[in-house]
Amino acid sequence: MRRTLYQKVWDAHTVRNLPDGRTQLFIATHYVHEVTSPQAFAMLRELGLPVLHPERTFATVDHIIPTDNQDEPFADARAQAMLDALRNNCKQFGIRFFDLPGGQQGIVHMVGPELGISQPGMTIACGDSHTATHGAMGAVAMGIGSTQVRDVLATQSLAMSPLKVRRVRVEGHLGRGVSAKDVALHIIGRLGAQGGLGYAYEFAGSAICSMGMDGRLTLCNMAIEGGARCGYVNPDATTFEYLCGRPFAPTGAEWDAAVRRWSSFSSDEDAAYDDEISFDAADIEPTVTWGISPDMSIGISEVVPNPDEELDAQKRAAMRAALEYMQLQPGESLKGKSIDVVFIGSCTNGRISDFRSVAPLLKGRHVVPGIRALAVPGSQETARQCEEEGIAGIFREAGFEWRLPGCSMCLAMNPDRLEGTQLCASTSNRNFKGRQGSPIGRTLLMSPAMAAAAAVSGKVSDPREIFNNL
Amino acid sequence: MALTCIRKISGKIVPVPGANMDTDRIIPARFLKCITFDELAGRMFYDERFEANGVSKGHPIDAPQYAGATIIIGGENFGCGSSREHAPQAILRSGIRAIIAESFAEIFFGNSSGTGLPCVCASANDLAEIRRQITQRPETMWTLDLETMQLSNGEKIYPLHMPEEPRKAFLQGRWDSVAELLEHKDAVQEKAGLLPCPHAVR
Repeated sequence: MRRTLYQKVWDAHTVRNLPDGRTQLFIATHYVHEVTSPQAFAMLRELGLPVLHPERTFATVDHIIPTDNQDEPFADARAQAMLDALRNNCKQFGIRFFDLPGGQQGIVHMVGPELGISQPGMTIACGDSHTATHGAMGAVAMGIGSTQVRDVLATQSLAMSPLKVRRVRVEGHLGRGVSAKDVALHIIGRLGAQGGLGYAYEFAGSAICSMGMDGRLTLCNMAIEGGARCGYVNPDATTFEYLCGRPFAPTGAEWDAAVRRWSSFSSDEDAAYDDEISFDAADIEPTVTWGISPDMSIGISEVVPNPDEELDAQKRAAMRAALEYMQLQPGESLKGKSIDVVFIGSCTNGRISDFRSVAPLLKGRHVVPGIRALAVPGSQETARQCEEEGIAGIFREAGFEWRLPGCSMCLAMNPDRLEGTQLCASTSNRNFKGRQGSPIGRTLLMSPAMAAAAAVSGKVSDPREIFNNL
Repeated sequence: MALTCIRKISGKIVPVPGANMDTDRIIPARFLKCITFDELAGRMFYDERFEANGVSKGHPIDAPQYAGATIIIGGENFGCGSSREHAPQAILRSGIRAIIAESFAEIFFGNSSGTGLPCVCASANDLAEIRRQITQRPETMWTLDLETMQLSNGEKIYPLHMPEEPRKAFLQGRWDSVAELLEHKDAVQEKAGLLPCPHAVR
């Protein structure tokens, strides 16, 4: 039978079948960060085991680091202790650590692709659900728990059962002001936050093929928000062009051989899928969430849905709870809603393309007084590029706080947090209750362009109406 | 690595209402700033249970009638969101030994299985009936049997579902996979030799 990329990568990395029916799957590349790895290293020590392949694990620090001042010791002693623990663990076990002073630190899902470590045809694991991001490189990448982090450290493998594969096609041209983030929110809105349970999502179709790597990374990043543990895009010329010349990418004759090998992992044209679904790119408009789950979204021209029209009792209850939490009414438009905070960054939208696309929109404009606007490049490399290209300066001039790389306001593990019931126009990936640090804070997920529109208008806005040059 | 076989879980059932019960609600991120899981005991569903000033919201977990419950009954897509094992660890370390729901998020299910916390599914109708029963008679003692895949209150039996591999792993005490993964090191090393490892070229 002809195979999908998922099956080819799975087969190539299968060590053996385990007695309980699962597969022992070799993990080609493993990333660790400070939040989910210390417990795993502790388990390893308890068992008296070494790291089997330290050269296949790469570490960075992202969740807990402050983004205003990264001088050590950090004001938060617990954050400092987590960084120290990671440093010690990497040193003791011989793991390469992209530490703060090295110039290559950043959000783990930014660093891997940027350095060219995440490559097509690999299995990639990390103790972080947004590991799905790396699937954009044509890899099978999945988030794991700390016990599994221990398994990878000790055995370079995991006990897993294969997922089914759903091909999610987006055909046609994306409209003006519609980005990968809108595509992700649209797909999740239609298929549901649980729609991808048991599946890997293969993103395909002309709209995906014509997307740059940063857009593909955004899309695969959000696969997990749709319940799919993995999302991937078949590797093509765009992928290879992106990788070429990156610090960990092969060179010379090795490069040619690698491209041939990588290409062979692409899904066969007549591969069998467990499920297929198709979207028309023209149906996707700038999209924004209204609730407390990433599938609770609407196009900017639509209104907040009415729970009374939902037939499923559990969904109806969830919608009511979401509206109450968000302080929204059925039938109201989000457009025009005053916002308090804007956050552009995270492993979803903290890439160079995100900042490049927003900078021209902000030129000559200013954040509305009273609104706190944060721009947080996802990595030191991206931060450098933004300075060199004058992007950082444009953000600063527009009244954004231009901050140091980290996860920042995507989740509440560093000082960047919402306060009280603040409403945040955020380019991150989760609008869960309390996600951005205030247990009653409210998150609206959206694209960088829509977040920029919110910053300069003070309200949720259709970026196509705010920016002529979009 | 000798492990405990997990066959039966008995005790009261406590409801945790809501579909898409995400990992941030199970264990808010601020509690993740720890380098061991020990500090997570009692923290599960913290912001669901307490106001910012520490006053109880009256969540069933804190209601006296459910005190000492060992089983949680949840909704659809339980455990969605982050891969933080802190979520099942917080639940386990708060005295819960099993979760029943309509469906579970992939990573949460795997993490729970690997740490000895069975997550089993039941039909929406049965779950609704069980929820009604525990509201009316919270003191009822239930038995969740992984061998027969049944939940019973002594009067009525409800069928449960779980993929075969983790079920067997619980029954046979093989739910922690590291021992098995360590067994065939040669096969792993052979793979390692075949599959390229990214290395810095400049």
